[in-house]
Order: sequence, then structure tokens, then C-alpha cells
Amino acid sequence: MFKYYLQLGFRSLRRNPVLTALMVMTIGFGVASSMTTYTVFRAMSGDPIPWKSGKLFFPQIDAWGPNARRNGTEPADAMTYVDAVSLMRDHRAHLQSALYPIAPTVHSEDPTQKSRMAPGQAVYSEFFPMLDVPFLFGGGWTAADDEQHARVAVISKSLNQRLFEGTNSVGQSIQLDSHSYRVSGVLDDWHPQPKFYGLATTDAFGPADQVFLPFTTATDAQLATRSGLFCIKLPGPGYAAMLNSSCVWIGYMVELDTPSQVSAYRTYLEGYAHEQQASGRFGWVSNNRLRNLPAWLDFEHVVPPQTKISLAVALCLLLVCMVNTVGLLLAKFLRRSGEIGVRRALGASRLAIGAQFGVEAGTIGVAGGLLGLMLTWLGVQVMHVSLPRQFAALARIDLALLWQTLLLAVVATVLAGLYPVWRVMYVRPSLQLKED
Amino acid sequence: MSIHPILSALRRHKTGTTLIALQIALTLAIVCNALFIIRTQFEQMGRPTGLDEHNLLMIATTQSGIDSNTDAGKATIDASIKADLTTLRQLPDVIDAYETRSIPLSGGLWGLGIRMMPSGSYGSHTTYFHADEHTLATLGLRLVAGRNFRNDEIGEDDDSGVLQPAAIIVSKHLADSLFPRGDALGKPVYFTSATTPSTIVGIVERMQTSSTYSGTDNRTWDSTLVPMRLVTPSRYYVVRTRSGRLAAAMQSVPEALYAHDPQRVIPDGSGGDEAGVRSFAQIRAEAYQGDRTLAMLMGVISIILLAVTGGSIAGLSSFWVGQRRRQIGVRRALGASRRDIVRYFLIENALISVAGVIVGILLTFVFNGWLMGQFELTRLSPVYVLIGVVMLLLLSQGAALAPALRAARTTPVEAIRSS
Repeated sequence: MFKYYLQLGFRSLRRNPVLTALMVMTIGFGVASSMTTYTVFRAMSGDPIPWKSGKLFFPQIDAWGPNARRNGTEPADAMTYVDAVSLMRDHRAHLQSALYPIAPTVHSEDPTQKSRMAPGQAVYSEFFPMLDVPFLFGGGWTAADDEQHARVAVISKSLNQRLFEGTNSVGQSIQLDSHSYRVSGVLDDWHPQPKFYGLATTDAFGPADQVFLPFTTATDAQLATRSGLFCIKLPGPGYAAMLNSSCVWIGYMVELDTPSQVSAYRTYLEGYAHEQQASGRFGWVSNNRLRNLPAWLDFEHVVPPQTKISLAVALCLLLVCMVNTVGLLLAKFLRRSGEIGVRRALGASRLAIGAQFGVEAGTIGVAGGLLGLMLTWLGVQVMHVSLPRQFAALARIDLALLWQTLLLAVVATVLAGLYPVWRVMYVRPSLQLKED
Repeated sequence: MSIHPILSALRRHKTGTTLIALQIALTLAIVCNALFIIRTQFEQMGRPTGLDEHNLLMIATTQSGIDSNTDAGKATIDASIKADLTTLRQLPDVIDAYETRSIPLSGGLWGLGIRMMPSGSYGSHTTYFHADEHTLATLGLRLVAGRNFRNDEIGEDDDSGVLQPAAIIVSKHLADSLFPRGDALGKPVYFTSATTPSTIVGIVERMQTSSTYSGTDNRTWDSTLVPMRLVTPSRYYVVRTRSGRLAAAMQSVPEALYAHDPQRVIPDGSGGDEAGVRSFAQIRAEAYQGDRTLAMLMGVISIILLAVTGGSIAGLSSFWVGQRRRQIGVRRALGASRRDIVRYFLIENALISVAGVIVGILLTFVFNGWLMGQFELTRLSPVYVLIGVVMLLLLSQGAALAPALRAARTTPVEAIRSS
């Protein structure tokens, strides 16, 4: 029966090519504009580490006091060196790491190659297991390396490609700024987007980090932060003064696996802030935060407002397209009231009529979906060239997007078809026959 | 012609009428807001920075292996900056050059609080730019009061510690907000944590900050030039080239710098990095890329929307014409002229459109209110609503015209025969 309805549907669509084309195009454009903007939104609002995002937490300690809080209540999102190092020393979470962005210069032994800066992070050894960072060769360094301020480094696959032509470089040395570092591991492809671990100090999107050094070694070598210092009171000159200042420039994250660990850590942070208050460093009541990753992404406004506006307007366009389809389907279906009357008089049930026209609406949906797919592809290509550099890579098509586009088209059309189908189901057979 | 028969006919097509009116309403709401967003973005993008933007380029360079925290390291860096600048200023393509970390629109934001006394709360904030006596000429900033920096005023800044230069040049906007009576010249102010004052020695007409972030709009024009050479391994040179030599200079400037120090880093823009050599046109384009994309998207969506709505009105109108062929024939047989028939359908369309537009105006402001709450947009000006209304009424009438003309071609005989 389905096949017969499908045939009927196709015949009817062919009989009225202009109206059909109008509907298919409406659905196609509506779906394509929504999906094009959605690709970017999806990539920006995605969970970069879905298997673990509920267990990763970002503590904030109010080192600035009530006069410098965001919106009057929120403490700074980054930490002072003093607090970050104290928290690392206390080591109260299962895994934790302080981190700050660096950009050392990588020198090549090949004199024809120009030196380049490599964006990276200074982290503690627990950073790698905490984020389940994949390794191609070797691994992270040890806690002992952290303590000894060892000159070790983890490098990205791309940097390994450039310096060692992709071979296993573990144990080899690389020249960063004026020091040499032993490679302890080479990352596999790893470029979480948004780059959640660095949000306190750097942008959410952009090129992948290429080099990771021990935090202790980096501060030893007086490596500056690639981002900025945020200060309410400027420090005196020199690196040591910066380390002791109230400027915030360090990110911090911890892994807490159970609710009891979370509450224990909260208590610990409270205690820490109280201690600082008691010692006279903080002249205010503790005002800590401990957000998990989803809350952190929200707090850091990872998705720019332009992306949200675009998606909102595109979804409104889809809504108009659906209203439009309701009207066109209604016109198309009711024109065949006579035919329906005959079928009803010959014994077809209301359900059968509904099925027939439902299938016809579905066919339009599929056709609109196919057109929508082509237009979405086109839209994503345009996005690629017109989006800011750091977002361009986010606009891409994958299998999920393909079936989502088709599904959206069919669902939208069927929803739009509900009312017209309901109307044709209640066409009265006798009346129609009489009129003709 | 009375509209009474049209109204009673419409009452028999409640669903179709409602759908078209609803679609017009939604279209109006979206198109008005989209137009307004486009206009807002273009306004943002069109703002002059205060610079003479032609023939300007900026080049990033990093020197590594020098410990900038020691006096010897600082001296090495300082010497290499001076040598670089001498090299650059002697290039045939170059008129002038200076060293800094940022210029208007180049991204990043280095700010300071300002107060009138060495203690108390900071009344104002400013973005500051490192500058020397060549800065005004290189950037093409217009001095409206006071003087330029002198060579002996230029200090060193290693990017740590408190910034308290004796002399500063500020934008007029900042000068007026600090000293509303217009007597800023010669007045002392104190920057964040400073203990000694900085005196305003010059005022430039206009200078935008380095960030385009709209949330800081009130501060977009609050810029300060500090007479300091940035003595850090990473820095930028800003270069004014001779007229028509910008493209050539974008090649010759990095070559000259590399010739001077082959170990330095000038990013080549591969692998998602920011390019090391950028013309001001590129800097401007990058700064507003997001705004431009949003404007483009809103434009495309508006066009699709208008096309879809127009098509839909045309489609439904021609369906109604087809449905009422017999009635039209009867009217024609009773003496109605072709013009009467066209007028009937156009008036019918106008009635529906006006109803849709009235609902649409309400929806427009509802939608605008929602956008304002979500995205820091300003209130929609009624002009856009007016433009939208006129556009939609014309579109709607235009879309109904073809079916109406076809209806008018119905001959009385044909209509009667068809039954």
C-alpha cells in the first residue's frame, strides 16, 4: 500500500510542478540555512571531552576582593601564582594541574629552516592522564620531573613531523628559546575544541598547542605567559615580583570523580581561603567557585553572540518556511477534494486517506532534504572562507550532519503536513460528489 | 468598490488567509531585525580609527635566547630594536617606522586604570599603546592640542612593573571624559599603582583602541600613547610606506629584518597562525571578519525569506484564483470589467497583508526585545520597521499581481462552460 501511495504522491507532485518546486525549495532553503549556522554552533558548543566533562572542575579563588569582582560577585577566572602553587602543593584532588600558555621559539638544527614560535602550555605531569591526552610515542613526564624542574617536553605530532620527520623522537632533545629539552612523549592528533583547559587565559578556538613543558621548569626558565597578566595592582619590575603579585594569569583544573570528592574539595577551598584571610593576605570573606566543565564553558562565554544570533534567526527562517509549507500543502491537497471524495465513497477509511497524503508530504520532505543537503554543503563552503580564521575549521560536514539535515527536512515537512492531512481526512464524501 | 464582499469571501478561507498573514508577520519580524543587525554591523565596521590607514603595515618579530630579565639581556634587546628601526627607516619603500605591541584594531587589549590622585578609586580606564616620537607621523594621527613626544622622553618598558611615564598623549575622547571642561592639556593623572603623575602633553583627535569588542564601546575611543620602547623579545614594528609601495614593502621589510638577524621569528601565517606581516587593510578585515560574516548571513537569510514569502503568496493566490474561476466568470458575465477583477484580488491581498503587517510590527519588537536581552543589541529604530512594512506590502502586492491578471483573463463563457 505504501508503494502505491508513493506512486500516487509522485504523480500528484508531477501534476503541479510549480507548487511542488516551491515547496521543495522552501524546505530546502529553510533546512540549509539552519543547518549551515548549526554546524558552527554545534562545533562551538560541543563537549570537548564528553566522557569526563562532569568530573573536571575549575576552581576559582578570589584573590582580588569585593571591589574587582565580575558583575559584582564573580571572582577572577584565573589564579595568582601564589594560590596556584599552594593548591598544587596541597594536592587534594585525585588529579590536578596548574597551567599557563607559553610560546617558546623552536630552533631547528637545519640552518635553512627558519625559527618558529610554538604555542604551548606549561603544565604539571598530571595534566596528561587527567585529560586522557593520546600519545603516539612515549608519554608524559613524571611527578619527580615536576619536582626536579626537569628539562623535558611533550611535543605535538605536527611539531614532531617538522623537527624529526615523524619518527619516534622520545629521548631526543629539542631547542626551545635558549635551553635544550628532552622529548618525553609525542602526542597523537589532539586538538579539543573548544580548548577548554586554557579558557581562563586564552581563546577557546585557534591552533592546537604544540609544546608542553613542566610548569616548574617553565617558571624556572622565566617563560612569560603567551596571554596577559590581569592585575588590579601592578607588580614591581622583574619576574620574581610578578610571581609574588596579585596578578592572575594561571589556569587551574582538577579531576574529582565522586560527589563526596567534590564536596571535600569545596571544603578544602573554603579552608584555604579562610587561612589566607587569617594570615591577612585576603581582607575579605572567602568567595570561591568550583565549576565543572559544562558550567565553566558557559561561564567563559565560549559561543560568541554572533553565532547565537545567526542560529536564532536561521531557526526563525525555518519556522516561516514551515508555515509556508502548511499553506502550500493545504492548497495542493484541498484542490483534490473531489478525488478524495471518490476514494472515501468507494470505502477508503480516513486513516487510508491520511496515510496517502502523509506519504506525499513525506516525499516532499525527502526532496527538500536532498536540496537542503546540497545547499548546506554550499553554505559550509562559504562559511569556510568568510568566518574568522580561528573558527573556519569548525564549519565542516560529517556523516551526522548529513542525516540530521535529511531528518530535519522530513520532520519539518511532516509537522507542516499534519494540519493539511487532518483537513483532507475530514473531507465529506457525499458533499464532494454532489458538487462535481 | 466596497470591501464588504471581499471580507465575507475571506471569512470562507480562514485557514489560508491566516497562514499568509502569519507568514507576512513572521517575515516582517525577521527581516526588520536582520536589516537592523546588518546596519549595526556596518556602522561598527565603518568607524574610522583615527589613523591614516593607507600605506600602513605591521610586522611581528620575536627574538629568542635572550634573557630579558637581566640588564645585559635588556641592553641587547634595546640595541637590536634601535638597529631594526634604523634599518627600516632607511629602506627606500619606507617613510617612517616605530616599535610597539599593538595599534588600533590589531587585537589584544592592554589597559590601565586612571585616577586624578595617587590613591582612591579609578574613575576611568584606558587602552595604552607604546609609542615614540615617530608614532604620530607613522600612524597619521592628528594632533589637535599640545605637542608630540620628544626623543629624550622615550623610556624603556620591560612589560613588568608600574607604568608611570612623565608625559602622555591621549585621545580627545579620553581627555574630554577625564576633564569635561576641555582643559586636559598639561594636567597630571595617575595610572594603575603609579606614585608619580603622568602629564598630558598632547591630545590627538581620534584613536580607536586595539579591540573591536563591542562590550567596551564606551571605552572604544579612550586611548593613551605612552612614550616607551617595549624592551621585550616579542614586538611589532609599524611601518608607513611610500605611496603605492605597500605591496613591495610587505616583501622588503621582512627581508631586511631577516638580513639583520636570521635567527628571529616572523610568523609566515601557516598552520592557523596569524601572519607576521599584515597590511592595515588586512588587520581591519580580520578585526571585523565576524561582524561581516554576520551581516552577510543576515542578508542571505532576508533574501531567502522574502523570496519564499513572495513565492508562497503567489502560489496561494493562484490557487484561490483557480478555485474561484466560476465565480469570476459569473461576475464577468454580470458586467464586471477585467480591471474590477484585478482590483478585487489586489484589495483582498492588501487586506490580508495589512493584517499580517500589524501583527508583524508587534512581533518585530518582541523579537528585538529578545535579541536585546540575549545579545547586547540596541533598540530597533522605527525606520527599519517602516522600511520592512513598505517592502513587504510591495512584495505581497507584486506576488498577487500575476494571479490577479490571470484571473482577469477569465472569459464569462469559459467560466460557465467549465461547470
